[in-house]
Amino acid sequence: MKLSPDETIYWQYDFVVINATLVWTWVVMLLLVSVSVLVTRNLKTDLKISRWQCVLEMIVTSINQQIKEVGLQHPEKYIGFIGTLFLFIATANLLSIVPFYLAPTGSLSTTAALALSVLIAVPFFGIQQTGFGSYLKTYLKPTVFMLPLNIISEASRTLALAVRLFGNIMSGGVIISILLSITPFIFPIIMNALGMLTGIIQAYIFTILATVYISAAINNTNKSETIKVNNV
Amino acid sequence: MDSSTFIGFISIIMAGFTTGIGCMFPALAQGKAVASALASLAQQPDSSDVITRTLFVGLAMIESTAIYCFVLSMILIFANPFWNHFMEQIAK
Repeated sequence: MKLSPDETIYWQYDFVVINATLVWTWVVMLLLVSVSVLVTRNLKTDLKISRWQCVLEMIVTSINQQIKEVGLQHPEKYIGFIGTLFLFIATANLLSIVPFYLAPTGSLSTTAALALSVLIAVPFFGIQQTGFGSYLKTYLKPTVFMLPLNIISEASRTLALAVRLFGNIMSGGVIISILLSITPFIFPIIMNALGMLTGIIQAYIFTILATVYISAAINNTNKSETIKVNNV
Repeated sequence: MDSSTFIGFISIIMAGFTTGIGCMFPALAQGKAVASALASLAQQPDSSDVITRTLFVGLAMIESTAIYCFVLSMILIFANPFWNHFMEQIAK
């Protein structure tokens, strides 16, 4: 039994390996990019807009809304990163109804890459908003002794992000392939539908957690500055 | 009992125990979380957005412990490092 799409190899020459993860990641990326290019080619501000523009506006507006509700005041700055995360994971999971498709999120390398990009994005946005020194000071909060714990929590939440997404998608695949050998007709379809639901929820959770981490990094530093101002 | 049987025996038993125990407690915790979220939804239907979002994030946090156990038992069954090491030893 194949646990991850890494093990399905389409083409190999010496150490150059093209596996299912790579192929389907590029397919998802091409799909997302080409659809958005096609839709945004002629945007209008009239009363009557095309239906695809309407769909895209709904997606962008609702992602902005969600980001704002978590506590980031200017969602336009962050939607480039957070919205891409959500759209990529959601598309990658939803395409699992296509035959022969293997979700790239079922491979630990994809999810680890996504989690690492969150790990880098948190200090990036934190430093961009508040400056280098005041961001580094958030590691010393509430006391200096919390420094190792803060670093450990940063590492462990990255690991948790990666393993959570990987485990959910992989377990869906494993359960379907076990059910295929026991009851091959109806039940795998139901489990596939359930897998799509879990995929959307996992995409939402990954995105919300990334947003919460970023907003925690930004709001912590802001809070310290207001406290300092009050003390002065 | 030679050591290959022993490694397989212990691995399979522990894989079962890992998923079994590791699903039991997160299930209890998730039930508790959903129950209290439903109670607070009944009390304050207006703030359903915030409650639902916090519930989902919390459920994901709880569920990840169960997922860790599941991944661990999958490693024990399908990609057991001790078993692989032992098979390499035999092949030499």
